[in-house]
Amino acid sequence: MMSESAGVQAAHAAHAHHEELGFLRTYVFSTDHKMIGRQFLFLGLLMLVVGGLLAMMMRWQLGWPETPVPGMSWAPEPYMFEGIIPPQTYNMLFTMHATIMIFFAVMPIMIGCFGNFLIPLMIGARDMAFPFLNMLSFWTGAVAGVVMLAGFFVPGGHAASGWTAYAPLSASAIYTGVDWGQNLWNISLIIIGASSLMGSINYITTIINLRARGMTWFRLPLVIWSLFITAILLLLALPVLTAALAMLLADRMLGTHFFLPAGGGEPLLWQHLFWYFGHPEVYVLVLPAMGVTSDVLSTFSRKPIFGYRAMAMSMISIGFLSWIVWGHHMFLSGMNPALGTAFMMSTMVIAVPSAIKTFNWLGTLWGGSIRLTTPMLNGLAFVSIFVIGGLSGVFMASTPVDIFIHDTYFIVAHFHYVVAGIVFGLFAAVTYWFPKMFGRMMNETLGKIHFVLTFIFFNLTFFPMHFLGVAGHMRRIWNPLQYEFLQPLQGMNQFISVSAFLLGLSQILFLVNLCWSLFAGKKAEVNPWHANTLEWAAPSPPPHGNWGEHLPVVHHGPYEYSVPGVEEDYLPQTTPHALPVTAGH
Amino acid sequence: MSRGVETSVIDKRAEDLAPEHLRFDGGPPPEFPRDPFGRGEGGRGQAGVSNARLGMLIFLGAEAMFFAGLIGAFLVFRFGSATWPPPGQPYLPVGVTGVNTVILVFSAYTMGRALRAIRRGDRQGLVRGLLVTALLGTIFLGVQGYEWIRLVHFGFTLSSGTYGATFYTLIGVHGLHVFGAVLWLLVVLAGARAHRFSATRHVALTLCGMYWYFVVALWPLLFTLIYLS
Repeated sequence: MMSESAGVQAAHAAHAHHEELGFLRTYVFSTDHKMIGRQFLFLGLLMLVVGGLLAMMMRWQLGWPETPVPGMSWAPEPYMFEGIIPPQTYNMLFTMHATIMIFFAVMPIMIGCFGNFLIPLMIGARDMAFPFLNMLSFWTGAVAGVVMLAGFFVPGGHAASGWTAYAPLSASAIYTGVDWGQNLWNISLIIIGASSLMGSINYITTIINLRARGMTWFRLPLVIWSLFITAILLLLALPVLTAALAMLLADRMLGTHFFLPAGGGEPLLWQHLFWYFGHPEVYVLVLPAMGVTSDVLSTFSRKPIFGYRAMAMSMISIGFLSWIVWGHHMFLSGMNPALGTAFMMSTMVIAVPSAIKTFNWLGTLWGGSIRLTTPMLNGLAFVSIFVIGGLSGVFMASTPVDIFIHDTYFIVAHFHYVVAGIVFGLFAAVTYWFPKMFGRMMNETLGKIHFVLTFIFFNLTFFPMHFLGVAGHMRRIWNPLQYEFLQPLQGMNQFISVSAFLLGLSQILFLVNLCWSLFAGKKAEVNPWHANTLEWAAPSPPPHGNWGEHLPVVHHGPYEYSVPGVEEDYLPQTTPHALPVTAGH
Repeated sequence: MSRGVETSVIDKRAEDLAPEHLRFDGGPPPEFPRDPFGRGEGGRGQAGVSNARLGMLIFLGAEAMFFAGLIGAFLVFRFGSATWPPPGQPYLPVGVTGVNTVILVFSAYTMGRALRAIRRGDRQGLVRGLLVTALLGTIFLGVQGYEWIRLVHFGFTLSSGTYGATFYTLIGVHGLHVFGAVLWLLVVLAGARAHRFSATRHVALTLCGMYWYFVVALWPLLFTLIYLS
């Protein structure tokens, strides 16, 4: 019913239509998937800045422990003492840095923004299957964000038990001194779980049911495949976290003893439930970036993606394997060592589909007419960063090695290479689809400068952490100078801190580019990158209803670049005159 | 060197990988490959499963995982302890709850009757079926509530170790689901009395029915685990 009305609406000119709806319905309580996508983008970017600033404060404390943070002397007493970060606040900083980055920055941007914006456009639909649910998903997420931020302002400060909230530390206020901060943290994550659930239902239904004529499963762009698998992972993983969070909240507020050993509870149970969600969550974060990279690499190599079906299948197998590896987060938790070995094997198997993806990306580049645009540079950076993160993951997965390096800066380096490396996928996606989202081009020069600086300082920040970790530097410590054996490493800590500050400063270039291009960028053509996928057949930006009177019809796969016998070096999916080669063959 | 590679890759694609019968130059567009869904046109009835039903199925999948998390926690405690119920804790009222189980399971049958009635266009049968189902659901909730009051009077609460915590969480969360389902039934019932449904248009009914079946199907599992194991 919704899509029918959308079809009628699309017959009107986009402009007249927007005026009909009024400001509130167009920009605030919009049910249009493109506007909801943009809303998620700005929410995510805002939280990305907040999360980044928290990291900067941590780096100051690690580089120059117990000295006043410049410009923070105004901060009130229990949080900071004339600019000096006390241990309690440091715990809060790393907890909230991770929580905000994962749940409120990367997920809203990669899944909320690009999922919403791209799915209907790339499969040839007018909107999501449930537009109202879509709007509700955004606003539920926004409420969760407000609840999460509110935690900073309650007595006792925000949650300080790490983003993993290990029990019993998180299960009772007596351990951390945090009362309502941790409660709000729990409540906020339960709310954002509901938001993600609504999103997942929408994504899966839309991709299954609303594909245009001729858009078969193996003609879907890989970014849609990645979002489809991500939505399934989220759908099945988040409810388990919600159940665990509900039990944790009951422990804190209703007097139960699920995770408190004093009343017969089992702290390990929390870890099992948390990581049963937590490991699929890692792939929830990284899969969309992989999909984006596949699309960007193929487009700017002017070549079909190498091994399309293998790419789709490897994402499916990564999704499947992500369910049976959670125990590798718990090798040293007191879990049965035999179980640890099983988890080590299943974890190492993930290297296979990951390697398939990596080599297929290389195969795509091989012999291509490579164009080093900003999205392409960021896509290439994602691949290289992912390879480093993947390889250090093999070290962590191996139980004998993990005994030595677990809970050191090696793991901090590893997961930042995997999860923080997603920002390159994020930058690739924003710079690639910006013309379609906002109808203007981003500045290429500024984009490239931003890319180069980010790439350099990213590696200068996170690579030395491997060395710190092997030297025994523990993660989550407030003041490394308290330990004699870490004192000689202080120079490296300061080096990392300076690099991190420069990495943070480089992001100003991106924000400037984004804001400037929004209003003053060059007007974008319909298909500025000469790409094949369906969204480039719609106007930039697409009107309400996306396609005018007739829905597009798809004739072949999404990566038909440099096809022999075709005049141009690309062949849009809507163009019928060609060899109907199915992608992947 | 690289030029040679490029040509060979493309030649391979053009010659080996696109069989003769698939080649197409001009003329009418080729036949679309068969695909159970993907008929496009904004999902206006052409899809194998309608948007609403598919969305509901996906939602129920998430609900199942939510209960799986809670049941997993219960199993850890149940099979991690030597004696269950722990010393000093009451046995649960198996008899009354067993009868209650039969009542709830029977409500799935009456729900099915209601859905079959509307498919025939029998509005009176629909209203009667929904009314009986809502009544059975309410009786179930009432008996559960009465049992809870007795258990609490006995001194069995959320804080009574993991035994009390798992019992009240699992049964309570399921009870909330039944409560929500009864409320939904009442909304649908009001719609049925206002003649909003017909033999061909009753999506809201179908969805409510799916949810009801889920809530009912879950109960025998929970009953077996918590009361009988």
